[in-house]
Amino acid sequence: MAVLDTAVDGAVAPRPQRRLSNVFWAAAAWIAIVVLAAAFANFLPIQSPTDMDMLARRMPPDAQHWLGTDGLGRDILSRLIFGARTSLTVGLLSPLIGLLFGAALGMLAGYFRGKFEALAMGGMDVLLAFPPLVLVLAITAYLGQSVLNLSMTIGFLSIPPFARVARATTLSLAQREFVTAARALGATHARILLRELLPNVLLPLAAFFLLAVAVTIVVEGALSFLGLGVPPPTSSWGSMIGEGRESLDIAPWLAFIPAGVLFLTVLAFNLVGDALRAITDPRENAL
Amino acid sequence: MLGYVGRRLLHLFPVLLAVTLLTFLIASLLPGDLAVAILGDQATPEKVAALRGQMGLDQPVAWRYLHWLGDVIHGELGRSFRTGETVLATIGARLPVSLELMIMAELAGLLIGVPLGILCAVRQGGSLDRLLTGSAFGMLSVPAFLWAILLIYLFAVELHLLPATGWVPFEEDALGNLKSFVLPALTLALGEWPVLMRVLRSDMIATLQEDYIAMAKAKGLRPARILLVHALKPSSLTLVTVSGINIGRLIGGAIIVETIFALPGIGRLLVGAIYTRDFIILQGVVLFVAVGFVLLNFAVDMLYAVLDPRIRHGRA
Repeated sequence: MAVLDTAVDGAVAPRPQRRLSNVFWAAAAWIAIVVLAAAFANFLPIQSPTDMDMLARRMPPDAQHWLGTDGLGRDILSRLIFGARTSLTVGLLSPLIGLLFGAALGMLAGYFRGKFEALAMGGMDVLLAFPPLVLVLAITAYLGQSVLNLSMTIGFLSIPPFARVARATTLSLAQREFVTAARALGATHARILLRELLPNVLLPLAAFFLLAVAVTIVVEGALSFLGLGVPPPTSSWGSMIGEGRESLDIAPWLAFIPAGVLFLTVLAFNLVGDALRAITDPRENAL
Repeated sequence: MLGYVGRRLLHLFPVLLAVTLLTFLIASLLPGDLAVAILGDQATPEKVAALRGQMGLDQPVAWRYLHWLGDVIHGELGRSFRTGETVLATIGARLPVSLELMIMAELAGLLIGVPLGILCAVRQGGSLDRLLTGSAFGMLSVPAFLWAILLIYLFAVELHLLPATGWVPFEEDALGNLKSFVLPALTLALGEWPVLMRVLRSDMIATLQEDYIAMAKAKGLRPARILLVHALKPSSLTLVTVSGINIGRLIGGAIIVETIFALPGIGRLLVGAIYTRDFIILQGVVLFVAVGFVLLNFAVDMLYAVLDPRIRHGRA
């Protein structure tokens, strides 16, 4: 019954899939724009993100300030672009830490099993026993707020989910013929892990990485919104929204412009990550 | 069932112990001296030394942990250096606000998510299903603080219907109290329902293909009865687990939402403790929330075992 239904689904599938891929490319293009703007922020012909002009506060867009100015007379477009730099630094660095350590731990646990697996996964369970935001807030409160501390803290906390994905994938792959074949040929553990398993574990982890980027950008935004993320005057989308909140009644766009950019970026990473996950999901690949 | 509870309990205690250890060790991440951090840079060396002695900071870490753990087991979490109140009394005063917020949010989330999930499952692949699953995906990309800004702008700034901030005790003004919870709870619920809807939808689609549903249809039962009586309970297993996992998200969301809407709950207490560098309160709240979170997850596991006998016999 179930098989029959999926077969019917498969026959109907092409049309929605093609439409999805347009959305996918739009999302990928948006990510490319944000990444390029953040990377070349210093070379773009934009105003300074920190220069204040008390005589030109909350100005509407004009030739000098394309998106207007904020409550302290700073250029909004420039703060958005430099804010992208903050969001992406934290948003890429943290999942990268999680990916490196999580993949190593998870693969070793899934490949060698035994006591190491019990210990490593037990440790991961303890980290997962905390509501994530509580732990991020507490650790950064003690460590002090900076882009680096924030990235390391969120990165540390993203190790368990990556380790779980890596372990689950390794567990199923380790039973496959090509691993047995490699072992029969006398391959060392290191060779099997790096040359046989790693390339296969990497793809599902890459999909998970993009979803983790989205989550991390949200966490950084939320912390900066509360004034507990990156310290001023470094611009961040979250702190721009937080500052704009004070003038929702007279200048709502101060909050809504960075809010829109944050939403689009998170959505784009979710869309691309989800599309990649659908490709790498073994359940759907079976068809 | 008893064997299952026993096994889970055996797993629970090491986790709780490790949670206390981690909570305690986070404090040692502080660069420099905790006593200086509490008293400020201007404190005299004598005062710092006195506080160090009082807090036992001159003792070895392992000894301090055991001492602190002993206090914690006796329900002694220390006193705030700002207000002089005990941590437990402060948490006790704030807890009802957070619970009211989270229960209202989860109820609102279920109220939106469950009917829409059923609707999508029944009309699987239809335009309504595609619209709802699409918008649910989009809404998952909207963080709680964005919803909060949007709702404040709409209902407080533009329409003047509801207060943007402020809180009244329930005993003083029941209606005012509920009013002050509408926007915060709605903010959280808007992030909750897409998750609940998606999970229920996929489980419900699987359930609706079971033979006993075809049987119920053949018997001529009304569709509403088939959906709500025959299909909903077996489809709600993942929903329960996800609600459990969601508690972590909900607590995180509550921290942000309480701070934005100035609700005097646990989340605002935590953020306030960070603003004022009240490390004793901070440590107490982190421990309280983490232990509560572990126990709630334990309860969800038990509920799951009650709903699905396969789990407690270890066959799932």
